[in-house]
Amino acid sequence: MTADAHVEEHFAGSNKLFISIWVWLLVLTLIEIFLAYKPMPIYLMLTVLLGLSIIKAALIIAYFMHMKFERLSLILTIIPMLVVCIMLLFVFFPDSFRSAGLRYQFKEQPPVAPAAEEEP
Amino acid sequence: MSTEARVGHFPAVDWEGGALPYRVGHRKLGMWLFIVSDSLTFSALLIGYSYLRASNVWPTPFPFWPSIIFSSVMTFCLLSSSLTMVFGVSASSKGDKDKARKWILLTILFGVAFIVLHLIEWKHLIDEGMRPFFLPEHWVKVFTTTSGVPPSPLFGATFFTITGLHMFHVASGAVYLLVVAGRIKKLTHEDVEISGLYWHFVDLVWMFVFPLIYIMSVDAGHHLAGH
Repeated sequence: MTADAHVEEHFAGSNKLFISIWVWLLVLTLIEIFLAYKPMPIYLMLTVLLGLSIIKAALIIAYFMHMKFERLSLILTIIPMLVVCIMLLFVFFPDSFRSAGLRYQFKEQPPVAPAAEEEP
Repeated sequence: MSTEARVGHFPAVDWEGGALPYRVGHRKLGMWLFIVSDSLTFSALLIGYSYLRASNVWPTPFPFWPSIIFSSVMTFCLLSSSLTMVFGVSASSKGDKDKARKWILLTILFGVAFIVLHLIEWKHLIDEGMRPFFLPEHWVKVFTTTSGVPPSPLFGATFFTITGLHMFHVASGAVYLLVVAGRIKKLTHEDVEISGLYWHFVDLVWMFVFPLIYIMSVDAGHHLAGH
């Protein structure tokens, strides 16, 4: 049970640092909620939201999960392969766009939600 | 990139291996590997959801009240639980196990609050008529396109699967932390740190689920206002 008791303790980071990370995470979340009600093209919205999410994830991994204070070899073992694997999943999207076209026989326009004034 | 943990090391030295090539115990390395595989599970689910969304007419039915208010408060609960968990691990690193236990119990409390709020939010949607393979009739009516294409009924399937699996992770994390809090006197600091890793990971996943599932499905145009 204590086989790794000789692992060095190197817990770094003060409570003040962690509270400031928490505040940043809350601020970024509030920006996301605010953006939800800003009319903008869906691709722009998706890009901004994912960008903010990746920043939040990086803050959590680096500080809360302590990755910033780990050995470089661990970081290089865990992170790049994860990023590459997730990127590889993107290979499905061209098929997704293609099947949207097949299914609904769009001529020029993609489907859009109807305007509100249509409703009684 | 240099931190105090690596002072005096050139990066190349990190690759020399030895008994502890990553300078973490085998259990901590195991938890990191589990987190990698679980990240891929959630990535696959979120990308499957995006696939369906891009190839279908997709409803955007979530109102500000209750959906967005609830999910925002839930986000606050999870972020705060991560902070209390960090304080717990920090106390544990100083050898103050009683204090660590109190912080971990507070973390569990935030986690349980998240689950309770999420179940209430689920109940709102179920009462509205949302099911894994059916949309409420008034949603179908409102979100059918002008050319007559109805919205995908898989909205509920993706929503309940992804948020349900995440909720299961929060619930099992709460049980895990309860065990850690109960046995903390017998556990090493690294064991406490490992439970923290898992908990932060659950928080991290929500940072993607919240914008992609909730924020991207906001009824910003108030299409459902009169229904």
